[in-house]
Parts: sequence; structure tokens; C-alpha cells
Amino acid sequence: MSSTLEVEGLTKHFAAGGARLFAGRSKVHAVDDVSFTLRPGTITALVGESGSGKSTVARILARLYEPTAGTVVFEGLDATRWARRKAILRYRSQVQMIFQDPFGSLNPVKTIAHHLERPLRIHRVVPRDRVDERVHELLETVGLVPAKAIAPKYPHELSGGQRQRVAIARALAVEPRVILADEPTSMLDVSIRIGILNLMLKLKEDRDLAFLYVTHDLASARYVADEMLVMYAGQIVERGPTEEVLQNPLHPYTRLLLSAVPDPRAGLRFEALSVRRSHSAVDPVAGCRFVARCPLAIGVCSDRTPELVEARPAQAARCHVTAPAPELLHA
Amino acid sequence: MTDVLDRPMRDAPAVQTETLVELRQLVVDYAVPGRHVRAVDHVDLAIHSGEIVGLAGESGCGKTTTGNAILQILREPAQVTSGQILFQGRDLVGLNREQLRRFRWRNVSMVFQSAMNALNPVMRVGDQFVDMMQAHERISKRRALAQAGELLEMVGIDRARTRSYPHELSGGMRQRVIIAMALALEPELVIMDEPTTALDVVVQREILQQIDALKREFGFAVLFITHDLSLLLEFADRVAIMYAGEIVESAPAAELYRAPKHPYTIGLMGSFPPLTGPIRRMTGIPGSPPDLSDPPTGCRFHLRCPHCLGDDSALTALQVGVRPVLKPAAREHLVACHLVEHTP
Repeated sequence: MSSTLEVEGLTKHFAAGGARLFAGRSKVHAVDDVSFTLRPGTITALVGESGSGKSTVARILARLYEPTAGTVVFEGLDATRWARRKAILRYRSQVQMIFQDPFGSLNPVKTIAHHLERPLRIHRVVPRDRVDERVHELLETVGLVPAKAIAPKYPHELSGGQRQRVAIARALAVEPRVILADEPTSMLDVSIRIGILNLMLKLKEDRDLAFLYVTHDLASARYVADEMLVMYAGQIVERGPTEEVLQNPLHPYTRLLLSAVPDPRAGLRFEALSVRRSHSAVDPVAGCRFVARCPLAIGVCSDRTPELVEARPAQAARCHVTAPAPELLHA
Repeated sequence: MTDVLDRPMRDAPAVQTETLVELRQLVVDYAVPGRHVRAVDHVDLAIHSGEIVGLAGESGCGKTTTGNAILQILREPAQVTSGQILFQGRDLVGLNREQLRRFRWRNVSMVFQSAMNALNPVMRVGDQFVDMMQAHERISKRRALAQAGELLEMVGIDRARTRSYPHELSGGMRQRVIIAMALALEPELVIMDEPTTALDVVVQREILQQIDALKREFGFAVLFITHDLSLLLEFADRVAIMYAGEIVESAPAAELYRAPKHPYTIGLMGSFPPLTGPIRRMTGIPGSPPDLSDPPTGCRFHLRCPHCLGDDSALTALQVGVRPVLKPAAREHLVACHLVEHTP
């Protein structure tokens, strides 16, 4: 069976906060018709600004949220539908998540060894008498050496980077095929971050894992990711090979994101960015969600929602201007 | 996109004007029974009028403590043990409460880390401006509200928002409100401690642009504290790098970008993957910052330094045994490193 994770038409609506009585139910389209594939030995970056829905996607894949619509197919089964406990347990062991906050994701009163033993026992990964040995192997895999010295420690005795490595070791304990990493480096010191990124690259190569790397840091996405998905207001607005997307972006939003990354050579003399904002993920109407901020907008952008169109080989964007649908061109 | 990335270097900072703030051999200790942490260790730093000085370093290096010391808002167990904090030539250490109350916000204001949450959630934005202004000057509520509206417009927020509650504003807007408040009394210096860290890059850029434009208009100086060196190299006039309580290098931003000298600075720069050009495997900096209650002897960076070979050379003896001090390595460029000092 293929260890590919196929996401198709994923949609998640939340009831909008502050709803007034009789005002009707507003809905935030946090994730809207998102499709992509996570392949073994591939790191897929999911980038976008805060509130774009990128973390929600990761959480749906981790079964922390139930989607409003869409499917997540793994090993031939739809992970959003089935309910047999055994199947859920199987999925959970195959698809593991790493969270942003290495300070909040470890239990402060338990040792590092305890954190790694638990998944080994619950999922019966190794016989009971081999648990200790495997704990040490896991610590070594993530670069926490000497493992014997680290295992009996408590989380507060480790640095942020070391804690994040423990979280990764815990995710690896159950021998997953897919890892969902939600901003795994954003709370770490800059000198430590590259180490975590290198660890992801090593695990991808050595274990043929599929990664979903959720981040707002384009440079780190470029460093590790093979594929890139750019999300805006709940939709994927561009996807393609990382280098293509970053060097030749199709969507105006991708271009905006790129121009906002600090660059010592540029100074602060960049083109004036539009500060207009549209909370377009709440009860969106027809039309492109980026239209209010878009420098390229034309008439059709306000009337018609663009589809994801492959304008270059393997590179697609939702944009009437840079990636027009063939039938619109001839209309 | 290439046009954004191929621009020439930022011009060298304008001719230096008068010194606004000067830290002289500043030492701040956190003293709790059984544990003594020297968070700021003999720091010298000058901020000139109208200039943006960046203070960069990793968490726990003392950069926030330095900012808090300038505003004299250190709380127990932190205290200034020795050294001077001169503001326009006058030492702030030892001023009494009333003197400090007048000085704060009028002369130096601060935008705190996660300032987005610094607004009072049950007060309208305008009323918070009124509160702050009336604490510092005689001003009617009506005039204060009118000024609040003007300040908000300056940072790109509709003046009608004075009637909003903080939760009705986005994170970026709340951060702008805080910046407007920090500018309200036209201080000479605004200390900004990670003001944009919690925001995404597009909003961060908009806010930095605004700070830059306001600075040109009003001429205040900025001490910009952050862990994001790439941002500082673009935004600041001058950058000081802090490591384990000490400033290890300081130089004009363009010079630091072109020719960093301290191995820690070079390591920090090597920790940001590039957005263009070839992708190399990077290593970051091995190890982690030291525990300041028991700092390493000699150069505090020597345990992580690729140039400290640990052999029996004279250089190793210096690195392990003698603390390097800041010395000029080029024009306006100071470095505290034995290797730089002893390499011709």
C-alpha cells in the first residue's frame, strides 16, 4: 500500500466569533477546497500569513479537527470518515504531529525517557524489555547525545532546541510515515533553528518520511522543502516546486510575501505595500479573495473566483491575470 | 521579484549628531539567594539623536534587560550594580520616583514585547490615550482625544478607532496603537523590544515602513531590540551584537553586513538561509548559549567558537583565560575577539 497522503477538497468552516442573536450565522472559511499530496521522501512547505488557515490544515490531518468537507486518504482509507478504534490508532501512529511550542508540549513533571516510552508501549512498537534500548536509539537519532545522560532529565533541564528534538523523537517513536510539523522552529533561537531543519532533511533522506512543514518563514521553506503550497484566506493560491514558486512566483500574493522578507541589501526602499485589508475568509462572496490588496486586479477578479490553474509545468496559481483559465481566455 | 533583491546597499548612516543616551560600563545583576546572574556585564553603548540602533542576540543574552535598564523599570531581583546610564549627559541611575515618572514616556518611551496584549481590554482605545496623556500633562479629555485621533492616523489607523475596544482590532493594528501611544509625548528615544516578532512578515514590513517614516518626520531615536539580525541589518543604522551579557561587536549596519568580524556574528548570519542564490547545507552555531549564573572563563563564546581549537597555543590560552574587550577593528567598528585582535 502506498504511504502517500492524499488531501482532496478539504474544507473547514468555523462559526464566526461575536455572533449576534438573530444576525444569522456567519462562517469563517478557514480552509476552503484545499487539495495536495504528501509523498514519501518529500518535504512540502505550507506557507502563508497568520490566519491563512495553514495550521488548521495540519490539525485536520492530525485528526484534531473534523473537516466540514473533503477527504484525507492514507493507505487507501479516508482518515476523515472511519471510526473504528483500531484504524484510528493505526492512522495516528502513521501520521504524527510536532507542535510549535516545545515548552508546552512536554509534561514538566515527567522525565524525557517517560515521554518516549509512552508511545512505544501504547502502540506496542517494541517488546517491553527493549523499550529502554529504543528510547536511547531515538535520542541518538535526533542528535541528543549522550542519550544515557539525557533520558533521566526533566524538560526544564533542556534548552528549547533540545526540547524540540525530544518532541521530534517522540513523534518518531511510533515509526510514522508522515510528519506534520507546525512552525517547529519559530519559538527557537536563530542559531538553533538550522539544526532542526537539518534534522528534518536527514529524516526525510534516511527514513523516506513525508513532511508537511507549516511555516511563515519563506527562507527556511526554501532551505528544506521540495514542494511549496502558498495559502491565503483559506485557499491555496499557488503551488509548485519550491524553487520555481520562489524565483518565478505566479500569484501576486506570493510576490507580496517575498517582497516583505527582510533583506539587508534592499534597505527600506521597497514599493509601497497596500495596507487595505479584507477579511475575506468570513462569508466570502464570489471573486478572488486577494482582490482588495492586489495590484494586478482586473474586472473579472471581483466577480469570479479563480480556479487553481497550471500555468507552467507543475506550477499552478489561483489568479485570473497570471494564470488565466483557458476557457476565460477564449471567452 | 529580482528587482527587490538586487538593490544597492543602504547608504552609510548620516553624519553623527549629538549623543542622546550613553551606557557606560553598565552592569545589571539578578541576585536571588544561592544564584547570581549577571545579565548585563560592563556594557558600553551610545545612541545618537535620530538614529536607529539595533541590539541583537539570542534569548537570555541581556538585550531586554539593557532596554529595561535605560527606562529604569528593572524589578527585583534585578538591579543596576554599577555603571552609568547617561541621558543627555545626566545619569538616570539614582533618580527618585518623581524624577523618573517625569522622564519616562516624555523623554524615553517603550514598545514592549507582545505589546499587542498591553492594551487594557475593557477600555476604549481613545480613553487609554487620555489616561496616559493626563498622567503626564495638563490636558482636557477633549483635546487628548483629538490628539489620539491624529496619532492613530499617523500610524495608518482611522481616527474613528479611538472608540474601538482592543479586541475589535487586529494584532497588527493593536501594535500600531501601541506605537502611536509611545510617540504621543514626542520622546527623544523609543525603545522597541521585539515589536514585530508576533506579526507576520507583510504586517511587519508595513509597521517598519511606518516607523521609518515617522522617525524621519519627528527625529526620535530608536533602540530596536530583536533576535532577527537580518531585519536589523536592513532597518537599523547601527547594530550591536550581544552575547551572554556582553556586547561582542558593533558597527554600522552596512559595514556589519559586508564584513562581520566576531565568530558569533558570522555564525548568526550563517543561521539564516538565503532566499536567492545557491542553497548550501548550513550548520548554525553548535551548542547553546551559556548559563549566566556560571559563565565560561575567558571569552564567553569560546566553547562554541570554531576558531577556539583548545590546543596549547597562545591564542587558546587567551581565549580560555582572558576576557576580550571591545577594540576598534575598522572605522566605527568595534569587536571583542582575541582572534580578530591578534590576526594581522
